Amino acid sequence: MDITFKNVTYIYQPNTPFSHKAIEDLSFQVESGTFMAIIGHTGSGKSTLIQHLNGLSVPTDGEVVIGEYRLSKHDKPRDMKELRSRVGVVFQYPEHQLFEETVAKDIAFGPQNFGVNEAEIGQRIKEIIPAVGLNETVLERSPFDLSGGQMRRVAIAGVLAVKPDVLVLDEPTAGLDPRGQKEIMDMFYKLHKEQGLTTILVTHSMEDALKYADQVLILNKGTKFMEGTPLEVFNEKDALQSVQLDVPEIVQFLNRFEEKFGQTIPFQKQSIKEIAQSIQQIIEGAESR
Amino acid sequence: MNNSLIIGQYVPGNSLVHRLDPRTKITIIFFFVFIVFFANNIASYSLLTVFALTCMFTSKVPIRFIIKGLTPVWFLIIFTFILHLFVTREGTVILEFWIFEFYSGGLIQGIAIALRFFLLILVTSLLTLTTTPIEITDAIEDMLHPLKRFKFPVHELALMMSISLRFIPTLMQETDKISRAQASRGVDFKTGPIKERIKAVVPLLVPLFVSAFKRAEELAMAMEARGYQGGEGRSKLRELKIEKRDIFIFILFAIVVAALLLIRSYS
Repeated sequence: MDITFKNVTYIYQPNTPFSHKAIEDLSFQVESGTFMAIIGHTGSGKSTLIQHLNGLSVPTDGEVVIGEYRLSKHDKPRDMKELRSRVGVVFQYPEHQLFEETVAKDIAFGPQNFGVNEAEIGQRIKEIIPAVGLNETVLERSPFDLSGGQMRRVAIAGVLAVKPDVLVLDEPTAGLDPRGQKEIMDMFYKLHKEQGLTTILVTHSMEDALKYADQVLILNKGTKFMEGTPLEVFNEKDALQSVQLDVPEIVQFLNRFEEKFGQTIPFQKQSIKEIAQSIQQIIEGAESR
Repeated sequence: MNNSLIIGQYVPGNSLVHRLDPRTKITIIFFFVFIVFFANNIASYSLLTVFALTCMFTSKVPIRFIIKGLTPVWFLIIFTFILHLFVTREGTVILEFWIFEFYSGGLIQGIAIALRFFLLILVTSLLTLTTTPIEITDAIEDMLHPLKRFKFPVHELALMMSISLRFIPTLMQETDKISRAQASRGVDFKTGPIKERIKAVVPLLVPLFVSAFKRAEELAMAMEARGYQGGEGRSKLRELKIEKRDIFIFILFAIVVAALLLIRSYS
């Protein structure tokens, strides 16, 4: 589903001394099938933005359009549930939302609410469990007996079981070990590709944004600071530093290389190996001269 | 978003009323509640009203908030007024209507009682509007201190109060977070038949309890790790201190009380 934000402003507790503008005049577009990363510091409005994607928040001003659903001060979709079945949200620390007696029941909770029949749910659980890297033996266990990483996977499975068209991920790997982080991100990316999802990833990790995203949106204090492909955005080192964001390590390395040796290797998402080869060529070129 | 949560009804500010020692405020309100019942004529009522309104205006709390704080009791105020109007049969008849007769005494009594209620609630809500819950807890701990002699666990009580106050916003946030997550999974908290809506509370309450227990455990562990051992020999970051302004307010209040008693005995 295409997603469009048109001049969206969102104010918490308007007309009180606590009123607080979380998003201001934000406009952007995400085409169906895009993997978009949203980056910004705490308090930049990322979490508020996410809540607009499935109607948990409705803009104070402006308009959000998701597929055929339109959200603004004046019109809300009559069937919010339908919108929510098509936009799946994995919140920060999603394991906090587990509540059922068994893992199977918890995964089935979402699809049940959206009226998927039992046979279909059983089928989906069977497919999802290996996809999120779990073993079928956990299905009959209590989610509260599992390890943190396993709980996270169960919670993610609960969102995926709804089979949404748009997948919204709010720092889905926070607090996991590096291996778990990579496994989970790779899994999301695989799903994104295989099922043609539109994925919105909120992250602090420039590396993840660089690796997976087609489009990057950088928020600063509730407004759009930059938008573009990862290449465009991460080559703006100075602009990023002005809002205390770092460029990915690999880009940092190339910048330092340029500073030190006066040789430019343009960054085009090469792998580390390819960069090593470019450097080798430069060195060999220098030697042969 | 964190600082946008209202704890109790506290409205931040830097007025004289805000800066008063919470003990001063509590003491004055305690006595004010008594002397309101001593007022018995127009002069004494106006004196108290002027005092209460002055406090209200110096606090600089927006009137909207005060009115909002009064909403639950408007009904009571109006109800007592009407009751007096219908029931009291003193003075002269001022209005006859169908089978009812309204007496002047009823009207006056009604206004007096309604005003009494209004003043009580205005002043007490002013306390919670201008004092943070933590200040109130500190003041209560300090004022209950003499009870320690009778083995009353004053410190523990205050600690319990401040911990629960401290965790109200946390739990509110948590509730907010979990209800958003469950709403995204298709739970409908707002519409649908009552039975369904009650059932919808389970996915909210279970995670909330789980996290509350976890938090309690972590807090207890953190306190022990830092050597907490109760109130014995414990010092405070913000020491309560009676300042000049507190003394000034006490004197002012004493004058009001004296004037009230004087007016009362002359009538």
